Amino acid sequence: MSATEPLVKISNLEIDGIADETRTRIINNVSLELNRGEVMGLIGESGAGKSTLGLAAMGFTRDGCEIVGGNIMFDGIDLVTATPDVRRQLLGKRIAYVAQSAAASFNPAHRIINQHAETPLCHGVSNRAEAEADAINLYQRLRLPNPDEIGFRYPHQVSGGQLQRAMTAMAMSCRPDLIIFDEPTTALDVTTQIEVLVAIREIVEQFQTAAIYITHDLAVVAQMADRVKVLLRGDEVEEADTRTMLAAPREDYTKSLWAVRSFQRPQKPLATRGAVPVISLRNVTAAYGNNDPVVRDVSFDIHEGRTVAVVGESGSGKSTTARCITGLLPPKTGEIAFQNKVLPADYRKRSVDQLRQVQMIYQMADTALNPRKRIGEIIGRPVEFYLGLKGAKRRRRVEELLELIEMDPREYINRLPSELSGGQKQRIGIARALAAEPKFIICDEVTSALDQLVAEGILKLLTRLQEEMKLSYMLITHDLSTVRAIADEVVVMKDGLIVEAGPKEEMFTPPHHAYTDLLLSSVPEMNPDWLDELLAQRGAENLGDAAVSKM
Amino acid sequence: MMPSLSFTYWSALVVAGALALYFGGRQIGNASGIARLRDMSVTGALGYSLLVVTLYQGASLYFGPGATFFKWAVHGVIGFGITGYLFQQLGRHVGTRATKKLFRSMPVTAALGILLILTYAIVAIFADFIAPYGQAEIFKDANLLPGGDPGMGGSPDHLLGTDQIGRDILSRLIYGAQNTVGIAFVTTLLAFFIGISLGFLAATIGGALDQVLSRIVDMLMSIPQLIFALLLMTIATAWFGSEKGMVTLFMILIIAVLDSTRVFRLSRAVGMNIVVMDFFEAAKLRGEKLSYLIFSEIAPNAFAPLLAEFGLRFCFVFLTIASLSFLGIGIQPPLADWGTMVRDLSQFIAYAPFPVVGPLTASLPLMAAGAIALLTVAVNFVVDWMLHRASGLKE
Repeated sequence: MSATEPLVKISNLEIDGIADETRTRIINNVSLELNRGEVMGLIGESGAGKSTLGLAAMGFTRDGCEIVGGNIMFDGIDLVTATPDVRRQLLGKRIAYVAQSAAASFNPAHRIINQHAETPLCHGVSNRAEAEADAINLYQRLRLPNPDEIGFRYPHQVSGGQLQRAMTAMAMSCRPDLIIFDEPTTALDVTTQIEVLVAIREIVEQFQTAAIYITHDLAVVAQMADRVKVLLRGDEVEEADTRTMLAAPREDYTKSLWAVRSFQRPQKPLATRGAVPVISLRNVTAAYGNNDPVVRDVSFDIHEGRTVAVVGESGSGKSTTARCITGLLPPKTGEIAFQNKVLPADYRKRSVDQLRQVQMIYQMADTALNPRKRIGEIIGRPVEFYLGLKGAKRRRRVEELLELIEMDPREYINRLPSELSGGQKQRIGIARALAAEPKFIICDEVTSALDQLVAEGILKLLTRLQEEMKLSYMLITHDLSTVRAIADEVVVMKDGLIVEAGPKEEMFTPPHHAYTDLLLSSVPEMNPDWLDELLAQRGAENLGDAAVSKM
Repeated sequence: MMPSLSFTYWSALVVAGALALYFGGRQIGNASGIARLRDMSVTGALGYSLLVVTLYQGASLYFGPGATFFKWAVHGVIGFGITGYLFQQLGRHVGTRATKKLFRSMPVTAALGILLILTYAIVAIFADFIAPYGQAEIFKDANLLPGGDPGMGGSPDHLLGTDQIGRDILSRLIYGAQNTVGIAFVTTLLAFFIGISLGFLAATIGGALDQVLSRIVDMLMSIPQLIFALLLMTIATAWFGSEKGMVTLFMILIIAVLDSTRVFRLSRAVGMNIVVMDFFEAAKLRGEKLSYLIFSEIAPNAFAPLLAEFGLRFCFVFLTIASLSFLGIGIQPPLADWGTMVRDLSQFIAYAPFPVVGPLTASLPLMAAGAIALLTVAVNFVVDWMLHRASGLKE
């Protein structure tokens, strides 16, 4: 075939999902063309069909999905009608896949390099010695630390970002023509994400591999893709090359996606001197069991009606601080005061009223709501428990709360959590916290599992509720755009210590502490040249974990 | 008339068939484009070949002389299959929308299982109305054969015959459902009550309580169950006397405690997975009491695996009771019980090779044994289906 023919040509693809005896169209008449060496970004909210389309490019559908129309041509082979033998020959060798969670995708019982060598051995591309030498070569190119040795470790002995790069190396093991990246950095911290992005981009360029890059993060796609296709509920919205798409989106939906990042609430004036803080942490040090402390000598105040964002990467002690405040993990030393009255360290020793004042909204709305209880019961229980309302009064209060979070009580009160979308579940989590009528709410990564449009809705809701009820928030996050949107003060944590703290506007203007600077500079921006500029400015060795370890 | 094959011919035929299917299938598949023939593996071909030859062997046995029990088994399998299918079709067309949907998602085996369990339940509950005679009633004609044909040693008054002291076997089978199944059900309920409450408690509180309970359970589980049960039965009867009612009560308590160890392990493991969920943490932080945490937060989420375990556990309890009765220390006469019936009539199994009346005589102990087996299979059919659903596996 000629070199001008596209590598992948999907035409009029239609995929149905079959669940509970009903068919739903997941991909509706979508076409896609991908040339050799080209990177195509697929973006859209969850349920848009990005992953289904990405997998379809491999000729694969998940359980319960069925290709009902159209065809998928990969280099002249129709993958829809190809026999299992033909498809097996292609997968791994000419088409590779990089999954979202490397930690869950590696087999924990085998060394990384053995898993790496499996594909080339299986396809007869090389023998074991060659495959291992090649793996080490790839690890070098991907700038993994100790490339000669790292492959002989087990997956749990390697950090998340390194594992994700090792998986990219694995996908490269047979030098495929096409790699599907399915949200490869979504589960990573910003500082780690940037390393993986740089590594993926370099290796794709070096080997002239075509790639489909699936993500819901627009700033990431701006760095990675040559062309971008926007999907919405199985339909194609538009497709254009990245710069055109960023500069001049045609469709309203695309424009709304682009506008999300602009939401920002102005910073409130500082609390008056001498005002009583709602929550104050005083020299809190906490550890799990007899291990080294995870949180060391942490002190900060949270005032009425204000939002304090606690920022840091995973393992920095943000969530542990929250556990100390709720009383789940009594601190070793130090104390937590609510309106200047010291709270008992253990939640079991706190009075019902003290428990009521501190509420929590969780990251994963799926596990935060009891899947066997109806919405009315989930919200009604704290209403009954704390306020003693029963029967019709309780029901009325639940309806008020549902209206407060902008959900129609008549429609939702009798539903189960599984019958709600991710954003709606998160709203129910907010309503459950509000039901206690607290003064203080801990928001633990409330938007990190959500798409940007939905996340924006949640942030706006939180802001509105704060205005109406004079709530104080502690916002735990690693997403600096969330901080920018709704925080008043920022506390930056690293290794259990507070690195820097102060009002938001100060934090976002230099000079910063070196770590804050690294965090800020690692947040991808919508500018497609951002990564190049950053690389030119800092060099690849001064990004991500490498930079952190130099501190 | 189909001759049945010797083993040598049989295995040669299987291998030849497999090879022919593999190579021939590849040719035909390539020519005609039938993907299933073209992509068939060697093992797949061997499987098909084995199936065909086995079916042929079965058919030759079925249409040949003798092999009475094999013929009965074939009739039984076909009959039950048709019954299950009809019941499934009935369920799909009659009832509320929810039950219709349930039946649509159900395999024939599960439908048959449900039908059989319902039948057992009805027979057990209404035994007094269904049974033609009392369970301890003795007639003058002992050792009547089943079938009700006087020419074959039966009697139309006793369709399934009488036992060695002249009690009507049909009535005893029906009452046996009440006694054996009823007692097994009560025992299982008790075992679950003990196991679930302690298991969830261990999961919620953890720490020392969990350690103590788990080690006690390990200790109880380390002794073979049937031998341990026998030992405890002996001790209990020696200490508290061996009146008939008491023996049954001991048996229920002992089996319940021994089986609750398995339930404890499962409910503790399931509970452990639930107590780390955020919604459980939210309830704890709300200040909820232990009873609310266990019964409102954990229990509803553990329902599916525990229900499946209930079915399995019921089978084991039921078999243990039957075994104890067979050994003579379970349910005491004159109460009818399937385990005891198998033991009392077991010597008749030796008559099976005799012509004409042989199979009829041998079927006397097999009827009670079949009743036990059928219920166990039925429960397992339903449990398999429920586990399949709970695990979220798709076809």
